[in-house]
Amino acid sequence: MASAHVTKRAKYKTTIKDPGTPGTLRMTFEKILFVPHNPKSAGKLDVEFRYIKGQKHTKEGSNKPPWLNLTNNQNGSFIFEFENYSDLQECRDFVGKVLAKGGEVSEKPTVAYPDEQLSAAEMELRIKLLQEDSELQKLHKQFVLSGVLTETEFWATRKKLLDREASKKTKQRLGFKSAMISDIKPSTDGRTNKVTFNLTPEVILQIFAEKPAVHRAFLSYVPNKVPGALKQFFSSSSWPVNNDPIMSERTFWTKYFRAEYLHSTKNSIAAAAEAAEDEELAVFLKQDDILASEARNKIRRVDPTLDMEADEGDDYTHLPDHGIFREGNKEMTESQNELYKRSLSQDINRHAAVVLEGRAVVFLFENIHVSLDCICSMNLNVDVELEDTKAVAEALAQSKQKSSNKGESDGDTSRERLDRLSRMTEIEDLQGPNTLPLAPLCIKDPRDYFDSQQANALRTSGDALGGIEQIKCGLSTQEVYGSLRESISSIKAMGLKEPIFKPEVAHQVFDALTNSISNTKYHIGKNPQESVLDRLPRKTKEELLHHWTAILELLKHFWASYPITTTYLYAKVNRLKDAMSNIYPQLEEIKGSVPSELRHQVSLLVRPMHQALDAAIQHYEASMQKRSAQSGERPNGYV
Amino acid sequence: MASAPSKLYADDVSLVVVLLDTNPFFWSSSSLSFSQFLSHVLAFLNAILTLNQLNQVVVIATGYNSCDYVFDSSSDLNRSFENGRMPVMCSSLLQKLEEFLIKDEQLSKEEPEGKIKSSLFSGSLSMALCYIQRVFRSGALHPHPRILCLQGSPDGPEQYVAIMNAIFSAQRSSVPIDSCYLGSQNSAFLQQASYITGGVHHKPQNLDGLFQYLMTIFATDLHSRSFIHLPKPVGVDFRASCFCHKNTIDMGYICSVCLSIFCKHHKKCSTCGSVFGQAQSEAASASDKKRKTPET
Repeated sequence: MASAHVTKRAKYKTTIKDPGTPGTLRMTFEKILFVPHNPKSAGKLDVEFRYIKGQKHTKEGSNKPPWLNLTNNQNGSFIFEFENYSDLQECRDFVGKVLAKGGEVSEKPTVAYPDEQLSAAEMELRIKLLQEDSELQKLHKQFVLSGVLTETEFWATRKKLLDREASKKTKQRLGFKSAMISDIKPSTDGRTNKVTFNLTPEVILQIFAEKPAVHRAFLSYVPNKVPGALKQFFSSSSWPVNNDPIMSERTFWTKYFRAEYLHSTKNSIAAAAEAAEDEELAVFLKQDDILASEARNKIRRVDPTLDMEADEGDDYTHLPDHGIFREGNKEMTESQNELYKRSLSQDINRHAAVVLEGRAVVFLFENIHVSLDCICSMNLNVDVELEDTKAVAEALAQSKQKSSNKGESDGDTSRERLDRLSRMTEIEDLQGPNTLPLAPLCIKDPRDYFDSQQANALRTSGDALGGIEQIKCGLSTQEVYGSLRESISSIKAMGLKEPIFKPEVAHQVFDALTNSISNTKYHIGKNPQESVLDRLPRKTKEELLHHWTAILELLKHFWASYPITTTYLYAKVNRLKDAMSNIYPQLEEIKGSVPSELRHQVSLLVRPMHQALDAAIQHYEASMQKRSAQSGERPNGYV
Repeated sequence: MASAPSKLYADDVSLVVVLLDTNPFFWSSSSLSFSQFLSHVLAFLNAILTLNQLNQVVVIATGYNSCDYVFDSSSDLNRSFENGRMPVMCSSLLQKLEEFLIKDEQLSKEEPEGKIKSSLFSGSLSMALCYIQRVFRSGALHPHPRILCLQGSPDGPEQYVAIMNAIFSAQRSSVPIDSCYLGSQNSAFLQQASYITGGVHHKPQNLDGLFQYLMTIFATDLHSRSFIHLPKPVGVDFRASCFCHKNTIDMGYICSVCLSIFCKHHKKCSTCGSVFGQAQSEAASASDKKRKTPET
C-alpha cells in the first residue's frame, strides 16, 4: 500500500445545500478526522472507519463539484467537497481500500454499485442526458446523490431514454457515393510520368457493382486465395469461372485502368486495335454483356401497355453523348468501332441505378493502395497491396446471387405479360353502361322551399309564443301602428325628455355592470388558456412543479418494487417511504409561504400530491402489517 | 361625404349602423314606451357623433313588413325640419321614421292576421352589411364599421337561415355585431351574432337606464375595446332552428350533404334531396313519391 494515511484540504458539508466548512481531512486506516481551519467552528469530525458503510462521489465531467459522500450505518452521511478531482480520486481510492479491508471482516463490503463497471460510452450518454435535461438533473441530484435511489435504479426506469439515444446512430446505412468512378482522377507527381491510382475497397466495390463484366473477369482471372468451400460456391454459382488465364491482381487492375484510359481518350480505333492484341483487355473495352442482358430483362418486365414510342421525343440517349465533353475530348463518331464505345449517358444511367439500389454489404476494409506507374507509352505498372479485394469481389457476388434468385422466380413472365395485356386493353363496344347508382345532388330553389314551409312555421311558432304576446294579439294592426306614430309625434311636439333619466338609475346601472364584469373576470377555470399556476409567484410555481416530478419519480419506484420479494426491494421501499414522508413538511412549507389570497389555490394543487403519497404510505403500512403477521406465524420464514 | 372630406381616419373613427326595432306589436306590449326608447337612442346617437368628429351613424328601421334607412349622418341634413325644440338630426330622423311607419303599415294591410310578431331582422342586417360593403369599397381609408342591434321583438325562427348567413358574412368581413336586447326573453339570434362576430351582447336589466347601458357598453370604438372590460355573457344560446318546422332545437338531425338541420328523422333531405339510410336503387322512385306530398 502506498501510504497509511491521506491528508487533503476539503470542505465538510452536513447536507448537499450546506456551503461547507473549510478545513483539513485526514484519513487513516482506522478513522476519518476533519479539522476546520477555524478552530471555533463546529464542524469538527472524528469518525471511526468501521461505522462507514459505503461511499459515493460525483463524476468527473459532470458539472458538479468534486464531492465525496461517506454513508455511515445510521443512514447519515458525511459530504466532503474537494478542491479538485484528483484529490477526490485519491481519497476515494483510499476509502475503497479501507472499506474492502474492513469488508473481509464485516458481512458486506460496500453498497454494491454495479454501474461502476459501466462502459465509458454509457457513462457519457448518461451525463449528456443529464446535462440536456435540467429537470432530470434535478431529480438525479435529489435522489441519487442523497442515496434514496441508486444510480442503476434511477436509470432503469429511463431505459427508453438511453436506448433512444443509443439507437440514433445506427439507423441509416451508408450508400454508394453519388460521385462516379470515372471521377477518380489519377494523381501525378509532375517530375516523372508516373500516374498513381488510389483504389480503396469502396471504389473497387463500386466498380464491381457498376460493371458486372469486370467483376466476372476478376473472379475468373485472378487466382482464388480463398478456402475451398467458398471457391466451390463460386464455381457452382451462375458466374462462369474459367480458370485458364491466371493473372495477378496487379495485372488485372493495370489492364483495367489501361482500358479506362483508352476509353477516356475516346479513340475507338486505338481501343479496337489494343483489344485485338490483348484478349483480356478486350473484356474491359467491350460492351458489358451482362448489363445488356439485364437491360433486356428489365425491358421485358415493363408494362406492355406502356407506349414507349410516345416518350421518344424526349429521349436523348440515341444521340452519342449529345455533345457533352468528356475528359476534355470531343468524341469522334466512327460507326464501325461502335463495339468499343460507351456513351456517357449509359455510364450515368448505370451509376444512378447502382446508387439507387444501395449496397447490400457493408465493408470496412482498410484502404487498398494500387499505385499505377504509367511510364511513357502506357506501360503500366501496378502495385496492389491487398488481398481483401478478393473478399470484396466475393461478397458482392454472394449478394448478387441472392437477388438474382429472387428475380428467377418470375419464370412465367411471358404469360403474365399476356394476361396483363388482355386486361389492360379495353374493348369499349363490349362494355356495359358506366353509370353509378347515385342520385344527383339538386339544391332546390330556396324560395320554393321556404314558401312550402310557411304554413308549418305559422302553426308551430304560434304555439311556442305564449304569454303576453298572445294577449296583445287582440290589438289590431291599425291600433298598434297608430300608437307608435302617436309616440313619435309626441316627441316631435315635446322635444327630447329632459333629463333623459334620473341619476339614481345611472348609479344602479353602473353598480350592476361593474358587479357582473368583476364576477366574470375572476371566474377561475373558465378560461382554459389561463392556468392557475401562472398566477402564483414564479418561485412557488417552480417548487410545485418540481415537487410533482419528484413525487412521481418516487411513486414510480415505490409501486414498481411491489410485490416485495427480496431484501433489496425491502430496503428500497423503506428508503422511498422515508423520502416520501419527508415531502409532507415541504409541501406544508410551500402552503405557508404563499400570500393568503393564493393559499387556497395552492392547497388545491397540493391536495392530489397528498392523496398520491397517502395512498402509497397506506399501502406500505398495510403490507408491513401483513409481513409482520406472516413472520409472526413463521419466525424463520422468508426474509 | 360632408362630414369627412379629408378622409383622415384614425383607428378610433367608427361607423355605427344602428338597427332600430320598430315592430309595433312589440312596442305596444313593452314596459318601455317607444317615445322613451327613442329619446334614449337619439341621445346616444348624438353622443357617438360628438365623440369623434369623423364618426358616422346610420340608422336602419327594422319594421314588421319592411326595413329602410331612416338616417345617415354623412348625408346633408334637411334644414326644413328644424323646429328649435331639438337638433336637426333628431327631427329629420323622426320625420323619416314616421314616413317609414306609414309605409310599413300600408304593406301590412295585405298580410293575414295572426302572424308571429318578429321583426324583419334578417332584412335590416343585410341592408347594414350592404351599406358597410359600400364603405369598404369606397377606398383604402374608411371608418371602422360595426353594427348595433337594438331589438325587442322575439326571434323569428323562419328567418334562421337568412340571419345565420348574414352573421357569417359579417364575420367574414370582420364586422362585429353588437346587440342589446330589450324584450322579456333573450334572443338566441343576437347572442350568436355577437358571439360569432366578436361583438358585445347585453340584455339590460333596468330599461329606464337604457342610455347609461348604451353609453357604457356600446359607445366605445373598436380600438378602445381591447383596453376595456366589457360585460361578457355567461353562456351563449347556440340552439338552431330546424329547417322543417322552424322550431328552436338543441338536438336534431343534420343532412350529411348540405348540413340542413331537422328536428325529426326524414327519409330525404328537403333542401338538397339526398336520401338518407336507404338503398341507392330505391332513391329515384322514392324521390318521385315524396315530391307530390311535400311535408307532413
